Amino acid sequence: MNNEAGKDNDCGLNDLEDRPETSIHAEVFLDSVRITGVKVNYYHICKTKLWLFSHNITLEKGDDNVALGKILHEDRYKKNSKNITIDGISIDFVKTGKRIEIHEIKKSKKMDAADRAQLLFYLYYLKKRDFDAVGVLNYPLLNKIEKVELNPEDEDATEREIEEIKKIVLGSMPVPAHKKICSRCAYQEFCFCGE
Amino acid sequence: MREDFYILQDGILKRKENTVYFENKDSRKILPINKINSIFAYGNLSFSSGVVSYLSKEGIPIHFFNYYGFYEGSMYPRETLVSGDLVIRQAENYLNSERRLCLAGKFIEGACGNILKNLRYYARTREDVQEAVGDYATSIETEFSRLKDAETIPSMMRTEGKIRELYYNALDEIFPEEYRIIKRTRRPPENKMNTLISFGNSLVYSTTLSEIYNTQLNPTISYLHEPFERRFSLSLDVSEIFKPILVDRIIFKLINKNMLDDSCFRGEIGNMLLSEKGKKIFLKEYDEKLKTTIKHKGLNRNVSYKSLIRLELYKISKHVLGVEDYKPLVMWW
Ligand code: SF4
Repeated sequence: MNNEAGKDNDCGLNDLEDRPETSIHAEVFLDSVRITGVKVNYYHICKTKLWLFSHNITLEKGDDNVALGKILHEDRYKKNSKNITIDGISIDFVKTGKRIEIHEIKKSKKMDAADRAQLLFYLYYLKKRDFDAVGVLNYPLLNKIEKVELNPEDEDATEREIEEIKKIVLGSMPVPAHKKICSRCAYQEFCFCGE
Repeated sequence: MREDFYILQDGILKRKENTVYFENKDSRKILPINKINSIFAYGNLSFSSGVVSYLSKEGIPIHFFNYYGFYEGSMYPRETLVSGDLVIRQAENYLNSERRLCLAGKFIEGACGNILKNLRYYARTREDVQEAVGDYATSIETEFSRLKDAETIPSMMRTEGKIRELYYNALDEIFPEEYRIIKRTRRPPENKMNTLISFGNSLVYSTTLSEIYNTQLNPTISYLHEPFERRFSLSLDVSEIFKPILVDRIIFKLINKNMLDDSCFRGEIGNMLLSEKGKKIFLKEYDEKLKTTIKHKGLNRNVSYKSLIRLELYKISKHVLGVEDYKPLVMWW
């Protein structure tokens, strides 16, 4: 990131300070499919989940896991939180400094690969916009933090994932298949409603 | 788990900050907002300002029933969970006549399957009527087997009508004189059995509507019934499957266990209604029935009868999305 761009960008981000929710413009629409961090995450967890979520089929009403996620977000990180949205990619919070830090808050390490991919996706987009950023995964319940940097392989992988996500979302709904995580998934009833 | 609230008395629904309560000259009852699934209003309900929009904002439907216990209408909250894709597929399944017939037939298949379950249960437990009921069950099966040749919705409807007629004839064999249906009529109900059936069917319709609200299905796009028949006609379609499971079984219990006496009814033959007491007894049974659980194989855990309605809606969603052919629920227990 050169100095000029850095300056501009800093201004951009500083502007965010007073506002609770802001958009940084980035190209996230790919042939009418909007790619977001959550979708990248779901891509790694379950293709059916990715599809349902992308088609606005949400069943999260009353799901305790979702409620816990919300509480974690609201309480512990209240002071730091800037709740930034990059064209629909919502980021848990951002710290500005010499480098931008994108923080993601996670309950456990169970979805490690998915959480990492999500963060890499954010870094990828920021990089495309000439922001030099680093990711941090926060596990408040484990009292742990982990740094995530974007290397060239990750960048390629992210690009491939985006293409894949696009294909899945534009295709027909992937048939649900039983896996371990289904028992904790909000879509469980939807997926396995047949007697 | 959210609850349904049944309000039988006249009164006013008020909102004070984030609390909703029902009030009349005799009582005052708090309805905890995040515990309400839907409200079933049987009395004359009026509202203080703001309460309707508050309930609507919280996604809580209110179903209104008239003096006779018939469904009158619902305050259906603004849709919040719209999935454009699902609505388009739902419409597509209506517009394509082959697909529409397919789905319409499934609702009859489910209803018929559950009707037969009910009859077989009686054929097993009551020796005195075994033969007669068995004969009716066979006739129903024959009638049902004609469904696959039906090329239009009206002809499907006729088959369904015949199945129901046979079913009610069979019930007339089973129940005592005072509960004979003879001829099923809707408005006004002519006799005790008709009164009970109508009251129960209205309830199932409303419960189903509340459940539809919690899915992304559009309640106005239906298959067996015409979308213009009633505003939320999908609820009519899905109710067909659940009427024998919920309503008919409740009625059997009420009659068999002698839980009803003359004070549960008002009026006379030709204009028979449930009394306040009758409504209360029925609603209590209904609420308990919805909470009854049953082991579900697909989910490998117990689910309530009420969630079975929701699961049925998911199955329909998956059918219209082209993931899995819809197989209507037939009691497996
Ligand atoms: S229940 Fe299982 S198959 Fe269905 S969306 Fe969730 S993870 Fe995927």
